[in-house]
Amino acid sequence: MFDLLKLRIRHGRQAIPDICKAEVMETFRGFPVIDETKSWNGGAGCKEVCPTGAIEINPLRIDLGKCIFCGECENISDGTIKFSNQYRLGSSRRESLVIASSETFEEFNNTAIEAKKEIHKLFGRSLKLRQVSAGGCNGCELELNAASNVNFDMGRFGIDFVASPRHADGVVITGPISSNMAPALRDAYDSISEPKIVIAVGACAISGGMFADSNQINRKFFDEVPVDLFIPGCPPHPLTFIHALLDYLSAKR
Amino acid sequence: MSWYEIKNLQSAAQKEIPCLEFLTLKRQIIEKISEGCRVVQFFGDKIGNEVILYVVLADDEQSKLFTASSIFSGVNSFESITPEVKSFHLFEREFFEQYGIKPEGHPWLKPVRKGIAGISSEENQYEFFKMEGEEVHEVGVGPIHAGIIEPGHFRFSCHGEQIHHLEIEHGFQHRGIEELFLKNKNKLEFLLKLSESIAGDTVIGHAGTFARAIESLGNIDVSRRAIIIRTIALELERIGIHLGDLSALAGDVAYLTGNAAFGAMRTKIINSTMAISGSRFGHGLIAIGGVNYDINDELKEKLTQTLNKLEEDVELAAEVLFSSASVLARFEKTGVVSLETAKDIGLVGPAARACGAALDVRTDHPYDGFTLFPVHKFTLKSGDVFARAYIRYVEIIQSIKIIRELLESPIDGENKKPLNNLSPNQFVVSMSEGWRGEIVHTAITDESGQLKRYKIKDPSFNNWIAVALAVKNNGISDFPLCNKSFNLSYSGFDL
Repeated sequence: MFDLLKLRIRHGRQAIPDICKAEVMETFRGFPVIDETKSWNGGAGCKEVCPTGAIEINPLRIDLGKCIFCGECENISDGTIKFSNQYRLGSSRRESLVIASSETFEEFNNTAIEAKKEIHKLFGRSLKLRQVSAGGCNGCELELNAASNVNFDMGRFGIDFVASPRHADGVVITGPISSNMAPALRDAYDSISEPKIVIAVGACAISGGMFADSNQINRKFFDEVPVDLFIPGCPPHPLTFIHALLDYLSAKR
Repeated sequence: MSWYEIKNLQSAAQKEIPCLEFLTLKRQIIEKISEGCRVVQFFGDKIGNEVILYVVLADDEQSKLFTASSIFSGVNSFESITPEVKSFHLFEREFFEQYGIKPEGHPWLKPVRKGIAGISSEENQYEFFKMEGEEVHEVGVGPIHAGIIEPGHFRFSCHGEQIHHLEIEHGFQHRGIEELFLKNKNKLEFLLKLSESIAGDTVIGHAGTFARAIESLGNIDVSRRAIIIRTIALELERIGIHLGDLSALAGDVAYLTGNAAFGAMRTKIINSTMAISGSRFGHGLIAIGGVNYDINDELKEKLTQTLNKLEEDVELAAEVLFSSASVLARFEKTGVVSLETAKDIGLVGPAARACGAALDVRTDHPYDGFTLFPVHKFTLKSGDVFARAYIRYVEIIQSIKIIRELLESPIDGENKKPLNNLSPNQFVVSMSEGWRGEIVHTAITDESGQLKRYKIKDPSFNNWIAVALAVKNNGISDFPLCNKSFNLSYSGFDL
């Protein structure tokens, strides 16, 4: 009994009090800042080391939808590419995820997510999501679980994951969509009643990521169904997910 | 000599591996197994019309590996080893699925990743076992599960609440990883990143195993600094997942204090991994030839403080968890796996140690930091959910001590050494102890020093069958608890 009380006292309050002010540590690789003035030849080497083809040159740009934030380009770029610890990377437009040379985080953050009035009205106070892992490696899945843990406590914003698609307002997809999961994903999506939203989490879901080249994946689903929200990362930080949703629902308080 | 003897990470000339008539090989395998060896790899490599079968057995007590091979040319069947040695069952099924060479006499030649109803070609489609009788019913779960986890299908045959039989169907996660390895054989850096995604909860485990295989083939002698940092990261990964598992196990029996307490501790540990590598799961830390990130004195100090606090917290929380009657009532005698079963099916990792099978690659086939600091093997006997939970607690404390020891030892040398060309015609087995158990990667190079076969075995490959056996005769409501107590990877199995 005393041990239990001791444990509760030691546990204390773990939840991040104001999630809008939350910061992650310096080492975290988030929004990349590109400064082409630093090195005239940095870009070509960066393109070469990028495992997912996220980097294009002339001018240098990084596609966060493909980027796995491994930091290999930063390691060789002489300061041309620097991953900042800005974790707010979600976007409602696929093209916004392509970060241009000298684009600042503020520029990105101001325009990346288009909050719609009707979305706020429908889901602003309560959003229930069905998660489907379709070839996800368990990285994104662990971070999505973490979003509801005692630290991040996403439930306080009325956002929860539910077991049945019939109870859900949207689907959260992780993984590149393995061919063997494509029909089940489609079934789950079809079982959710309208209106519904689609959220693609992680480089694999957004672009195929490391598996874009595999012939065991089937991404037809994304040709048929538009995505409302893209959450980049490998895996995305729980705060990345929570903030993207709060911005999308205009639910920050 | 009819076996070629190597060690973990010892790169050997491929031509030294004896090539035998299959029946001779089978006889030899049975003989070695009866002497106490166990199978760690059994896979094929297709060259033209021929398929070469490679077998690797481990003698854990003497830290030896034995390899041999056999060629199948124009033959489409062989005599199954499974009736004599059960632990070969899944290896043979995989071999059959990949090369179409049939193990005759195999008792259960079910597809491994390609038999899913409605998706796979019709001749591959597999029919589940059926049970008939009064009050017998079936429960199908998945591929999409209730929570946020990977997909897989479970088919329970129940009598009332009791599970008589559980069949697990895999393959939903198949992403073609081994094919991608060969497709990108020239891009070793790409393959390193791909290894990180074999199972996203075992980033350091798989990436480290891959890096060591390549370093062995390229004769790179990694610095002491890199060895120590990698080992610290591996143990942090183990602590982080074990804490998460204890949290989830407590949650599964509705013990929310344990759920919250262990969950909060896990966050601190994976954030320590982020402090080192910039990723909560250690993405980007491992490099071929070393590591990409250093641990400086300030970080060292911080890590030591975090671990000291964690040790006290874990001991207190474990004391509370494991003395709670409501928790013990659910944990004890639930999902029992006997030592005999564990040995039969070739169980590995903490799940094996929880039923008394003293297997730990860190001790049996040491690598990286474990060559400098030997690790003691802990085992428990009961083989139930309690034992699988308690062994995690024991291992958390052990890993804290290992990291502390590593942090105190002098670190020297550079972070990363340059990559050499890989030696041609070599064969190397890279084994390591991930938090889930034994990870085995086997790499073979061709005459130009390029990878020509890369075989991956996640511990989940050995252990999934144990989940099916453990839940037999348990209530179906205990299934989530049993499943969580193993916490196996779907993607690691499906590749």
